[in-house]
Amino acid sequence: MTLLDTRDDATPDIVTAATTRPATARNRLSSRWASLAAVVIAVLWTIPTFGLFLSSFRPERDVQRTGWWTFFAHPAITFDNYAEVLFGGSQPLIGYVANSVLITLPSVAIPIVLATLAAYGFAWTTFPLRDTLFVAIFALQIVPLQVALLPLLEIFVGSGLNNTFWTVWIAHSTFALPLAIFLLHNAMREVPAELVEAARVDGAGHVRIFTTIMLPLLKPAIAAFAVFQFLWVWNDLLVALVFAGGTSDVAPLTVRVAELAGTRGADWHLLAAGAFVSIVVPLLVFLGLQRYFVRGLLAGSVKG
Amino acid sequence: MTLLDKLVQLLVAVAVFAAVLGVVLLVAGRGKGRRAEQVAGIAFAAPAILLLIVGLLYPAARTAVQSLLDARSAGFVGLDNYIRIFTQPDLLIVLRNTVLWVVVTPILATATGLVYAVLVDRTRFESFAKALIFLPMAISFVGASIIWKFVYEYRPNQQNIQQTGLVNQFLVWLGFEPVNLILQQPWNNLLLIVVMIWIQAGFAMTVLSAAIKAIPSDVVEAAGLDGVGGVRLFWYITLPSIRPAVVVVVTAISIAVLKVFDIVRTMTGGQFGTSVVANEFYVQSFRLSDLGMGSALAMLLFLLVVPIVVYNVRQMRKANAR
Repeated sequence: MTLLDTRDDATPDIVTAATTRPATARNRLSSRWASLAAVVIAVLWTIPTFGLFLSSFRPERDVQRTGWWTFFAHPAITFDNYAEVLFGGSQPLIGYVANSVLITLPSVAIPIVLATLAAYGFAWTTFPLRDTLFVAIFALQIVPLQVALLPLLEIFVGSGLNNTFWTVWIAHSTFALPLAIFLLHNAMREVPAELVEAARVDGAGHVRIFTTIMLPLLKPAIAAFAVFQFLWVWNDLLVALVFAGGTSDVAPLTVRVAELAGTRGADWHLLAAGAFVSIVVPLLVFLGLQRYFVRGLLAGSVKG
Repeated sequence: MTLLDKLVQLLVAVAVFAAVLGVVLLVAGRGKGRRAEQVAGIAFAAPAILLLIVGLLYPAARTAVQSLLDARSAGFVGLDNYIRIFTQPDLLIVLRNTVLWVVVTPILATATGLVYAVLVDRTRFESFAKALIFLPMAISFVGASIIWKFVYEYRPNQQNIQQTGLVNQFLVWLGFEPVNLILQQPWNNLLLIVVMIWIQAGFAMTVLSAAIKAIPSDVVEAAGLDGVGGVRLFWYITLPSIRPAVVVVVTAISIAVLKVFDIVRTMTGGQFGTSVVANEFYVQSFRLSDLGMGSALAMLLFLLVVPIVVYNVRQMRKANAR
């Protein structure tokens, strides 16, 4: 595209282009075909979830014999599937819901506290090897957690922690630390140095600077990481399977639902309800805190 | 374990944790001067560093050693485990599938996310339209796999039996025979890949949409003055402007894809020629108890991730320097 022929193109309607530019660009992009493409993508992305969601409310007979789209011709709704999967049988899902909550809360809280402390140490104090250690932690982000699982399991078995919540708490917390320290360190470096200096002049020590200046200013960054980590832990299968998969005492929802998909793969009425029991909590958290999640996503898309 | 036992475990954890926090703040808050300053710094960083050494650094080093040992970690076998990965027929299929995943998923997920972000940009329904694509990101891989397994569901083609899976119903409506999709090697790999694309497109869309909105409006306006719009605006202005963001998205998805395990395990358990390195790692380590092979596969994952991350960091440096 040369300068000359673009000028030829543009000269006749340069005034209209200048005044209505955003409108024309938008009109061309959202022409009929563009809208159609957008709608097709949106439908493709929504229909699979909708189909299973609808099926979770259809009676067993209907789910087994007919497709969910026949619902609109013969509507029938029941909550039996949820009642059965949550409270029925020898291993009701409700117990796993409790396990998921018990696993997730500390697995989010522990890395946040440890990472906030460490981030402050790396950002606003001086000690030997500080920068080397920080780079090392940054580099640890690329280590896939698979690399640590086998020896970590040995350690847990050796120390008698196996089949307790401690295994999952410690594993999730450790794996989250590199990214958390990196993100929170970046956020802390953005705090103006004058603010910290002024507090020092007033006689504040590190503890007071940490608690009264840093923590309040870091709330958005901490929230962003918390949403991120919450979704990660709640939805995790691998760590839970390795450390807590052996017993219904500590196994979370994902482990049980994946197990159902294997052993009762034909019972779609139960599978559908079970899947949505596991989906509903992260979905609510996600919708409620989307703003923070997007922040975390934009800041942390390098996680290894 | 009763719920009470579990709550006690939780309380003990909170107590241990509060103690750690208390010690850190106590040590950090003592005294003044250079020595005290250094002690404070170490106190802040120590708990995290200790946990990383015990929970990540030492295990990773041990895995590296174990990958050179036999199945029971008893004898030294050199690079045998690695050689097996690249010579055994069934493991070669695993490698082929992994390559397929890493090539197809990032490209299609990024392309879908990008096209969608451009299409809905500054339209009336933007936030609602985005939420639709965005939502799968909140769903676990396990949940997503079940959702898609239902889409691929197959019923044998006999009288009085209706299809319950959407894809097969479409085949029937169009006059074809229903197909047991998940058994069709090697195409079934693509069916699993669709699930990952479905999840990752939302991520691509979010990051790329933010990048598109950050393009200076005078650049877009100048293009408009030159009569550039629509598809040409996309190729000559939008895409070059957001190139760094595209690189970040493609690499981030590649890394996530390399480690994908939940989808394969939930959809097929790695059967029917669909296993990938991350799934094979789990099978070898925890089902077949071949510690040497499991460790070697974990190391392979690590070795595959490193170049992607290095490339990613370099690109980001370049983008930031600009």
